[in-house]
Amino acid sequence: MGRFILKRLGQTLIVLFIVSIFVFLMVSFLPGDPVYAMLGGEISQETYDKWYYDLGLDKPIVVRYFSWLGKALVGDFGTSASQHKAVIDVVAQRVPITLYFSILAFIISVPLGILLGVLAAVHRGTKLDGILTTFANVCSCLPQFFISVLFLYLFSMILHLLPSYGFTWPWEDFGKSVSQTIMPITCLAIGGVASICRQTRSSMLEVINQDYIRTAKSKGLSQHKIIMKHALKNALIPVITLMGLRLGGMMGGSMFVETVFNISGMDSLLVSAIRAQDIPLIQACVLLIAVVGSVANIITDIVYAAVDPRIRI
Amino acid sequence: MNHLLEVKDLVTCFHTDDGDVTAVDRVSLHIDRGEIIGLVGESGSGKSVTMMSIQQLISPPGYVKSGEVYLDGVEGNLLTYKADSEKMRSIRGGRISMIFQEPMTSLNPVLTIGYQIQENILQHTDLDPEAAKKKAIEMLKMVKIPDAEQRYNDYPQQFSGGMRQRIMIAIALSANPDLLIADEATTALDVTTQAQILEMIRSIAKKTNTAVIIVTHNLGIVARFAERIYVMYSGRVMETSKTWNIFKKSGHPYTKALLRAIPRLDDPKDRVLIPIDGLPPSPADRPTYCPFYKRCEYRKDSCKENAMPDLQEIGPDHYSACLLSQNEMQAKEIELRNRPQKAAPVKNIRDENVLEVEGVKKYFPILKGIMRRHVGDVKAIEDISYTLKKGETLGIVGESGCGKTTMARCVMRVYKPEAGIIRFNGIDIAGMKDKELAPYRSKIAMIFQDPFSSLDPRQTAGSIVEESLIINHSCKTEKERQEKVDRLFRLVGLDPSLKNRVPHEFSGGQRQRLGIARALSSDPEIIVCDEPISALDVSIQAQIINLLEEIQAKLGVSYIFIAHDLAVVKHISDRVLVMYLGHIVEIADCDELYKHPFHPYTEALLQAVPEADPDVEKTKPAVALEGEVPSIINRPAGCPFHNRCKHCMERCTKEVPQLTEFDSGHQVACFLFDKE
Repeated sequence: MGRFILKRLGQTLIVLFIVSIFVFLMVSFLPGDPVYAMLGGEISQETYDKWYYDLGLDKPIVVRYFSWLGKALVGDFGTSASQHKAVIDVVAQRVPITLYFSILAFIISVPLGILLGVLAAVHRGTKLDGILTTFANVCSCLPQFFISVLFLYLFSMILHLLPSYGFTWPWEDFGKSVSQTIMPITCLAIGGVASICRQTRSSMLEVINQDYIRTAKSKGLSQHKIIMKHALKNALIPVITLMGLRLGGMMGGSMFVETVFNISGMDSLLVSAIRAQDIPLIQACVLLIAVVGSVANIITDIVYAAVDPRIRI
Repeated sequence: MNHLLEVKDLVTCFHTDDGDVTAVDRVSLHIDRGEIIGLVGESGSGKSVTMMSIQQLISPPGYVKSGEVYLDGVEGNLLTYKADSEKMRSIRGGRISMIFQEPMTSLNPVLTIGYQIQENILQHTDLDPEAAKKKAIEMLKMVKIPDAEQRYNDYPQQFSGGMRQRIMIAIALSANPDLLIADEATTALDVTTQAQILEMIRSIAKKTNTAVIIVTHNLGIVARFAERIYVMYSGRVMETSKTWNIFKKSGHPYTKALLRAIPRLDDPKDRVLIPIDGLPPSPADRPTYCPFYKRCEYRKDSCKENAMPDLQEIGPDHYSACLLSQNEMQAKEIELRNRPQKAAPVKNIRDENVLEVEGVKKYFPILKGIMRRHVGDVKAIEDISYTLKKGETLGIVGESGCGKTTMARCVMRVYKPEAGIIRFNGIDIAGMKDKELAPYRSKIAMIFQDPFSSLDPRQTAGSIVEESLIINHSCKTEKERQEKVDRLFRLVGLDPSLKNRVPHEFSGGQRQRLGIARALSSDPEIIVCDEPISALDVSIQAQIINLLEEIQAKLGVSYIFIAHDLAVVKHISDRVLVMYLGHIVEIADCDELYKHPFHPYTEALLQAVPEADPDVEKTKPAVALEGEVPSIINRPAGCPFHNRCKHCMERCTKEVPQLTEFDSGHQVACFLFDKE
């Protein structure tokens, strides 16, 4: 197992290295002169020269890459052109908020999705199954921004139950925090609940027809034991893939929700950075999303190996 | 005394869109404590459904419609208890347990085998987990799993198929049931493993006074192991009696027909198998009269006018469900015997080799790591040499993993052998590049094992056969090509009007005919038949074997016939080649090999095959061969067979014996027969 994790870590480092090359080359992809592209044409020669040297544009590209990488590794991504602050400070302020939302949404959606999926599968063909399946099908194909806008309209504008924007940490004001976060988190989680429910239901139905479930039945085990002990563990294997995908997409996935509910998380930061062509800020955000995605992949693989003994190498 | 289990008029149906389909129709049977009975029948005859119904394991859309099941010690009819009631659950696994056909999928892959045994013990006994674990290890030892303690925490995929079936038996017997049902428990296993497993079940059953129901399509197995037999056909019990009566004094036309249709090891070479014509009726449109009527050689008009007869006593303890009296049947039998018999097709073996294989080796590399480093080889076949004459059939036998298929694929040049010569009509094709090989490709064709998956489901039957005619440009005009396809259809006994159907509209036997037509379409000189009949029912097998023989007599093609059923190989082959772990251990003329096997492995293999004759079976040793075929990756040094061989000598562990000619044409690779 230790070897397996080490091997996967090694592979991840290679992937991140390749990603970092692309992220770095972003500067060169921009049309025209990178300094003008970032700051606009209306700057003095002095400012131009300062930025030119700061970005290291006078050196060969390989040297530039490694010095950039070296700085990036210790958290120095340079200065944000649009925010006039160190990139790292801007990001450090925004990332926890996005993480808070997406991790909470993930923690809610996984058990709930699995539970509903198992319920639907066990009661296959009944009314309950019909309702759950319809709910899951509808929710998993509704776009997130649509759900967000719908919620906003319903709960804030019509019912005046919840505030329509803003963010407070729960330790600052718990009540306010809950009322502010409940809608965005539901919007983020609902798609996950729906897709995990669907996947669990279908893989559960497949597993229920397997020979080893017949064996379990022939042992005289109770329905509960057959489902929980024999079926669920097998049925979860494809669900883990899905969970991994959701975990990996966590960092970059709350763009719409953050925009609709006016939450200053990392995704809304990324959107504004792209608008402002703020290269250092974009680089930092993209790299961060890649790191989180890779880590999620490793976690998925480890969970896989833990659940399915056939994968252990 | 009460019977241990008594089933009366069991009816099980399946819901379908076109109404209920009766899968089991008024089946009655009984079994006493410690008794071993056999339930035989072809696929779809309702054997398994009967067994599942008894335990209420039938899942929707199936349901038990009516009937009574009584188990000694349980009050009233079992079927009146709910399927997942406390009572029924204590019976399942506790009083009646079951072993299923597929050892590879019947165990849960994510739970340890120890857990899976222990679970059953905890469910049905009062033992605490610690004691249950002890008992589970005891069970593993009883079913002869080596290193039981260490392997307790292993997962099913770490065991071979035979081992997994042993584990299944350990689970089934762990709560000391009164009745064990083995549902095709050994069908997926090799003959030597099959013999070991069944022998083990028998000895344990006799020791613990457990009753056993062996459910199988293999008449040989019941001839060897069962004391009493029920023959099922189309959801009905057709005949039941003591084993000896069934085989020697069979009363029902279906039983008689089955026995005529199967090849036997002690058959004379020129015996023609008498297949049962037609197909079993599908359960959906089963007639109200005898379901065997259409295929029955003894049928009379009165059979069609009366309802399906019930079992009637035709001798002491011998019941048959046939309207004909014994006298009528005997009269008909004499009439049938005097009818001119179809003579065996005359073979024309020419003294000219169509294929010469010399020293062929095929290794598969083992790659490791990200860089796919080459760390070793799986030596699938080693030093294979043999010849094939024009118009001859060479049988190839051996247990799974012995390299039969790899060898065939080398001949087909699907694989490129690492070394050796494959001479086709004198030209070496072993090292040829694809382009050079093109003209020879059409000359060596193949018939595959699985008639279900080896045909493209979206192609019509006609285009499947036509395809190679197009590729080989063997017909000038479209019309000529269609005529040839029609001819091929007729040759394999299919109606050319079926050309536009797709494979799933054909039955298994018809599909295999289609596979044969496809193989013949390129006018091959050699056809490699890789287990062509093992997926078919007994009554259909005979049709295909006869067809292959007729085609050979007509066209003079040579066959390489790969099979694990030694009786079939004997029936069809002129010479037989025995393989073990990638080596040829013996080659001989068919009769010679079966009468005087030299190699200890051949001898053991022949003894392990169960034959449909209880008298012959009595004379055989219980277990011919201990142990399992080792994995090809750790093939033992020296003679590959030495660790299972009872004649093993010092020398066998060091040197690999070479194939040497002993008698004329009889080659064997064993030091026992070394002349020095």
